[in-house]
Amino acid sequence: MSAVAAKYEEFQALGVEVMSVSVDTQFVHKIWDETELSKMVDGGIPYPMIADAAGHLGTAYGVYDDEAGVDVRGRFIIDPDGYIQGMEVLTPPVGRKVEESLRQIKAFQHVRETQGGEVTPSGWEPGKKVLKPGPDLVGHVWEVWKPGDE
Amino acid sequence: MAEKAIGCARPTGSVVGEAPPAKEKTTATEGKEVAVSKIMVGRKAPDFTAPAYHKGEFKEIKLSDYLGKWIVLCFYPGDFTFV
Repeated sequence: MSAVAAKYEEFQALGVEVMSVSVDTQFVHKIWDETELSKMVDGGIPYPMIADAAGHLGTAYGVYDDEAGVDVRGRFIIDPDGYIQGMEVLTPPVGRKVEESLRQIKAFQHVRETQGGEVTPSGWEPGKKVLKPGPDLVGHVWEVWKPGDE
Repeated sequence: MAEKAIGCARPTGSVVGEAPPAKEKTTATEGKEVAVSKIMVGRKAPDFTAPAYHKGEFKEIKLSDYLGKWIVLCFYPGDFTFV
């Protein structure tokens, strides 16, 4: 979670609010932040650290492992209307890559700004080629985009 | 010192931006009632209220209070773990 905190300003610049959730209580979150995370990130964790002690939130989001009693790694991108646009779920030993979340948010924001008029191909980054879905594009994507263009 | 009571984490039983179901099934103790519609991209996120630690304070977070903003909600296995 410190990796997300280190990129917090980039999330804020995109108008994104970050929240973390684990089954630890808010009291444990406080001590973890004070004793460890604040030594990894200046000022400590800048976003709310949510306590899901009984796993109810994890259950609602399909990420609570009731045998282990923990929420597994799950990252959800929720748009301003409350719709889940992206989710990524990993078993505990492997961490996420924060840059990929930022990239996906930029892509979803681009799609939203164009009201779906432009969509972003694999590996898209801002400034790269977008696709404009429509009858003319069917069967002709190969003329405007191919792997490697990202 | 007056402290606001903060309840335990619980889904409201609804998705963000919509009122909870009219039937009274959203109390903190009814753990079996929390299952809501299937989680799926392109569908609304389950709403919830939950206690949180935020920059030195304890507060209650309600997901639907953040409507109008992009949210990244990150679940992870536990504090003081290694990854």
